[in-house]
Amino acid sequence: MNKIIAKRTLAPSVNEYVIDAPAVARHALAGQFVILRVDAEGERVPFTICDFDPRAGSVTILVQEVGYTTKRLAGLNAGEYLADFAGPLGRPTDLSEFKSAVLVGGGIGAAVVYPQAKRLFGEGRPADVIIGARAKELIMYETELKTLAKNLYLTTDDGSYARKGFVTDVLKELLERGDHDCVFAVGPMPMMRAVANLTRGYNVRTVVSMNSTMVDGTGMCGCCRVSVGGEVKYACVHGPEFDGHLIDFDEAINRSRAYRDIESEHLCRLTNAVRG
Amino acid sequence: MASIQKERNEIPALPPGERVKSFAEVALGFDADTARAEAARCLNCKTAPCKGGCPVGVSIPEFLAKLKDGDFTEAGKIVKATNNLPSVCGRVCPQENQCEKLCVRARAGGAVAIGACERFVGDYMLKNAPPAKKVKPIGKRAAVIGSGPAGLTAAAELANAGVSVTVFEAFHRPGGVLVYGIPEFRLPKSLVKAEIDALTARGVAVECNAVAGRTVTIDELKAEYDAIFIGTGAGLPVFLNIEGENLNGVYSANEYLTRVNLMDAYKPSSATPVRRGKRVAVIGAGNVAMDAARTAVRMGAEKVTVIYRRGREEMPARAEEIRHAEEEGVVFELLCAPLKMTGENGSVTGLKCVRMRLTEPDATGRKTPVPVANSDFTIDADVVIVALGTAPNPLLTDAYPAIAATKKGTLIVDANMRTSDPKIYAGGDAVTGAATVILAMGAGRTAGRAILESFKKTVCL
Repeated sequence: MNKIIAKRTLAPSVNEYVIDAPAVARHALAGQFVILRVDAEGERVPFTICDFDPRAGSVTILVQEVGYTTKRLAGLNAGEYLADFAGPLGRPTDLSEFKSAVLVGGGIGAAVVYPQAKRLFGEGRPADVIIGARAKELIMYETELKTLAKNLYLTTDDGSYARKGFVTDVLKELLERGDHDCVFAVGPMPMMRAVANLTRGYNVRTVVSMNSTMVDGTGMCGCCRVSVGGEVKYACVHGPEFDGHLIDFDEAINRSRAYRDIESEHLCRLTNAVRG
Repeated sequence: MASIQKERNEIPALPPGERVKSFAEVALGFDADTARAEAARCLNCKTAPCKGGCPVGVSIPEFLAKLKDGDFTEAGKIVKATNNLPSVCGRVCPQENQCEKLCVRARAGGAVAIGACERFVGDYMLKNAPPAKKVKPIGKRAAVIGSGPAGLTAAAELANAGVSVTVFEAFHRPGGVLVYGIPEFRLPKSLVKAEIDALTARGVAVECNAVAGRTVTIDELKAEYDAIFIGTGAGLPVFLNIEGENLNGVYSANEYLTRVNLMDAYKPSSATPVRRGKRVAVIGAGNVAMDAARTAVRMGAEKVTVIYRRGREEMPARAEEIRHAEEEGVVFELLCAPLKMTGENGSVTGLKCVRMRLTEPDATGRKTPVPVANSDFTIDADVVIVALGTAPNPLLTDAYPAIAATKKGTLIVDANMRTSDPKIYAGGDAVTGAATVILAMGAGRTAGRAILESFKKTVCL
């Protein structure tokens, strides 16, 4: 059992949770993830570690309500408990070999960009950061990233805030200048695909973090498999970061929809239960 | 006294029509009278070849003699002296290839049903054995990584000698393959839980959600414990590397079984989804393949087909599992190999296969399957389960490369199961690659004893 120390709502349907998990916090590195279960009948769901504090023994995750488990999570508040919280899992992201990285976060992907920005800032070489969202209220961590980034660029699809357009619009301009040797992109798969397609033309190394569905998260089941350069890799133990130019995104997007029907049935049941 | 029964008593089973509707245990076990009558069939031969067939060397004639006399507790003590999990082994060991294969009665009415007798004794002990006495602590601490058969056996061996043991389990529930892999209808989870409860009652601590190498590092364990045993199991499932394998509806057996067994996806209350195929194809013919096929039957499939590229005699599964699968309506496509998986809208719909034939045995006596020309055909399938074994898991060796491993990634150990690090021992599938529960237990026991020996060398008792 792991206690929810704090919860705050960052955007409609997006909550940030600070979880009491000293052993995870002590060992976590940027880019790793945890697997949690909400209750005794819960499924195992992975979440990227957004922040961690070894001294406080806490781990921060960002949760967007999209399915059954994330909706159950939304119903939990500070002081309540999660049944299970295991990690840190996956290989940490290491951008140290690059001279100048651009970090690109789409929507909730800002949560995964944040620890990288923090790490690079700590190393004395802050990165350019691009954050995009559908609309103003879905832009997250603006204040924090403003401090950590060399330059922070914001876009909204609908133009309700900052620049109207997509993260790729800004990225294209930065790449045209030619002073970056790496792009780290996290967000919905179609966004990561768009970034990889763009950067391919500029021949800039592109690292993406694959948010595949998982069961165990330790390499045992193969649920999270992705095709990388024609080879099958497991996001949980070989990733979650891979070379974005080698990922078969069509396949990955299809796999992410594997349980859409069953999930909506579960959601109906949940909604009915909530309605009483 | 009645004369000794000639024919072997077969273990009773639920009728197939009843089994396929639920996950209730299929093999029902002997009652006390049948167990005693079966034990009485043992000729108590001096050479006891059966013992030689047991990977942990259970004193088989000795425990059968006590069982025959109705002294179930004494029989249980004899079994437990070398086998910590008789209820489990009595159910899942491939006895026909081990102890029973070597029984001299095999040609006189059938081998003694040693497995069924062991199960009876194990179950009796779980229900009736007095709580274990507290063992005087010897002031040593051991960490056991993984709570599957290897880890549980090593933990028991050490705890029984007064070592303070902590077991680290990556999952949220302990038991390893006994809870995620082997289905309820073959090994009830309540039984695994009872075995683990018995260990914790003896003072063994079990930490779940603890991924060794990640949640706790090997260096931290080395600093805190006097010895470490690694029993992390097999690892990454192997796929065929054929077209269409990443379509939705294609599972590794590990994933399919974990969803249903560990995550209870067969219960409506479970949040874990699983596809309930109408037509399920299982690739492979080992015990895991049989478990997957029989699980699919219970998940409501109309047709379940096992696909295997060799013949009936070559199938590696236990004879009982194959028989049970057939009784439950599982169809076997033997001498058949998948070429590719076809799909619609991102989900699998079928399996293109080719007929195979076996060559004449080569110098090593092995027959090789080769494709028969122009024999392609298609099997309809909306769920495909690949049960072709596993490759070593890189998680621990990545996190702690200091420990010597083979090129493939299995851990290297000496005869005492000691790794290249004198403080670290390993056993089970992490060392051998995918094998059986009993071999893992044998390794756990050997390692446990070797660790105790190493302690004796460093302490004056």
